[in-house]
Amino acid sequence: MNDTSSRPYFLTFAICFLLWLLLSGSFKTDDLIAGVIVSGAVSIMTARRLSILNGLIITPGSFISLLRYLWYFLVELIKANFDLAGRILSRKIPITPAIVEVQTSMQSELGRLLLANSITLTPGTLSVDIVEDRILVHWIDCPDRLDLEYNTTRIAKGFERHLKGFLK
Amino acid sequence: MRLIADLFLLTGAMFIFLGALGLIRMPDVYNRIQAGTKAVTLGAMGILTGIGFMYPQWWYKLVVIMGFILLTSPVSSSAIARAFYIAGVKRWHSSNDATQKNKNTSKAQEKTALQKETS
Repeated sequence: MNDTSSRPYFLTFAICFLLWLLLSGSFKTDDLIAGVIVSGAVSIMTARRLSILNGLIITPGSFISLLRYLWYFLVELIKANFDLAGRILSRKIPITPAIVEVQTSMQSELGRLLLANSITLTPGTLSVDIVEDRILVHWIDCPDRLDLEYNTTRIAKGFERHLKGFLK
Repeated sequence: MRLIADLFLLTGAMFIFLGALGLIRMPDVYNRIQAGTKAVTLGAMGILTGIGFMYPQWWYKLVVIMGFILLTSPVSSSAIARAFYIAGVKRWHSSNDATQKNKNTSKAQEKTALQKETS
């Protein structure tokens, strides 16, 4: 695993095999052998082109931060929904929408993808586009002041802190 | 067990209903996408969790479905929003002075972003 050339193969294999186990849901020897063969074939054929996995950092600590990210994300998702439910149900819909820019410090593609996804699912924000390290965000309740620093701290910082634990 | 499952199912259905209501009530396409994505994602999570409580032997498949929904639903809504944005669909402006003041700055930001896009 320290060998950089075998790392994508190993990762693809692990992900495919995990999916296989979850979908088949059986631990019989036949199924396990079939799973190993299929995910091995898939990883040999595709791992070279899956550059998106390069951003992952794999240490025991990164696993814990992944769990903490998931928890934080879940709480934010639920908060977002109650926020939105309140807006939808109120008689005069209280929104002041605007499109703002947010700067991200995530380096890898996967990191940016996950950050944009998280932004979409959190209170009042929807990521529209990514141009290099800027994410274009539609903000449903945009406050008075508008500058890059402020937007970044309000929208992206919380997630970046958690994502940094397991992504470049 | 059955009661917990029913509660989760009901909450999920309620959020999906709110999402549908939001689709009708929101003033422009971006806000509608917001309402649609968030509410429906959490609603689907709620329903899947409810099914998990009802049929505990399915939990691993439900987890896979949840993962796929969580990964794909924001991507699809971002793609739709991006398509509308590039096509130049106008945004709704409230009569609130907050957006009026910020109109120029946000317009300028959009312009630079679009220029980057085309170059």
